[in-house]
Amino acid sequence: MIDKQVKDIAEALSGIANGASVLVGGFGAVGQPNALLDALGDSGLTDLTVIANNAGFEPDIGLGRLIGKGCVRKMICSFPRGSSTFDAAYKAGRIELEVVPQGTLAERIRAGGAGVPAFYTPAAVGTQLAEGRETRVIDGREYLLEYALTADIALVEAWRADRWGNLTYRGSGRNFNPIMAMAGRLTIVQAQHIVPLGAIRPDDVVTQGLFVNRVVHVPGGDPPVSRVATAEGGAK
Amino acid sequence: MTAGNAKPYRSRNKNEIARRAAADIPEGWYVNLGIGLPTLVADHIPPDREVVLHSENGILGMGPVPTAEEVDPWLINAGKENVTLVEGASLFHHADSFAMIRGGHLDLCVLGAYEVAQNGDLANWTTSFNDRVPAVGGAMDLSVGARNVWVMTSHTTKDGQPKLVERCNYPLTASSAVTRIYTDLAVLDVSPTGFLVIDMVEGLTREMLQGLTAAPLRYA
Repeated sequence: MIDKQVKDIAEALSGIANGASVLVGGFGAVGQPNALLDALGDSGLTDLTVIANNAGFEPDIGLGRLIGKGCVRKMICSFPRGSSTFDAAYKAGRIELEVVPQGTLAERIRAGGAGVPAFYTPAAVGTQLAEGRETRVIDGREYLLEYALTADIALVEAWRADRWGNLTYRGSGRNFNPIMAMAGRLTIVQAQHIVPLGAIRPDDVVTQGLFVNRVVHVPGGDPPVSRVATAEGGAK
Repeated sequence: MTAGNAKPYRSRNKNEIARRAAADIPEGWYVNLGIGLPTLVADHIPPDREVVLHSENGILGMGPVPTAEEVDPWLINAGKENVTLVEGASLFHHADSFAMIRGGHLDLCVLGAYEVAQNGDLANWTTSFNDRVPAVGGAMDLSVGARNVWVMTSHTTKDGQPKLVERCNYPLTASSAVTRIYTDLAVLDVSPTGFLVIDMVEGLTREMLQGLTAAPLRYA
């Protein structure tokens, strides 16, 4: 019987080595595998390369905490703003940064999971991010060569998971999670709900179980609310 | 003129710029609104006009800001603010979202800018070639991918320096990308021969507008 559910977070994270590359899902506060990241931050691992859209937000939660604990040697991301632990580590020269346009980051991960080693994109052509790099003119337009990204580990947050590792997501929590699940050599999922096999309708499966190695049940609750409309109009 | 003399014209405020831009978005367009000023455009699209809003974190069919009762904490836009969905909306992952952008499937994106050059070059992601912590987000993908790239910006910086220039001084986001500019003073097209003024606020003269612009202006 295939059963990818593990009993706890420690088992979910077992076997990760110093120097591992780690894909981290999430955009804003939504879809972040924070329970896995918090535990990874407490593991004492070092020299991780983390691939994520941002570089964390809260200093004591998730990726911000992982960086604050000194586990990360390099960040590959599109928007490393709003993270005090990243800022401090970067200023002190303890962390390396590779900035990648957001769509290029997504496509490099998608390509990695899909077995495509590289591709050409129009994004960043003619900018300082393209300096000294290979470009090619195709049908009269210039494109920049970008290489695929895979990683030793992918950390994913899902809404529902079954024992085969089939996944669904909620709202904008999908973001990078499905493509990272495909690009990780060991894909570890924290799921809000574990459901019986067959409970997710075949039409509704977003990430197929073959991309997933381990699932741990983390009923973490809702992300914080950032903004609501006011009675007078506008928002707060 | 003496110091303190009132200007003979009134600049458009942020919402007026947004309303002016929204008036030009045709029914049926798929539109990405950048973080900050461009987000205001959503509030000014006429209610009888169907325009579908895209957010690069994976939403097509964004609706207005939720009330406290209707808020879904799992639904945020690219600016990381809670949003709603309209009927017909859909959700997808980042690679599909940027396929919509890069693949030329969006009719329009509206972005902010530090500078726009007369050939459409856009500088809107950093004001330094030695940025201590560079952060680009989706601006480079959006500005090369959408069929139309409109910029919403003040005509000059807070210090009165022109933001519409012959060549950008700041690092580029994309080359020859911008097609139209909405400022607090005017609406301009980026034409093959440079900036072409479509309209300007009442009371402003061509000489005044030229004096606030660091590239030659022509008039439609």
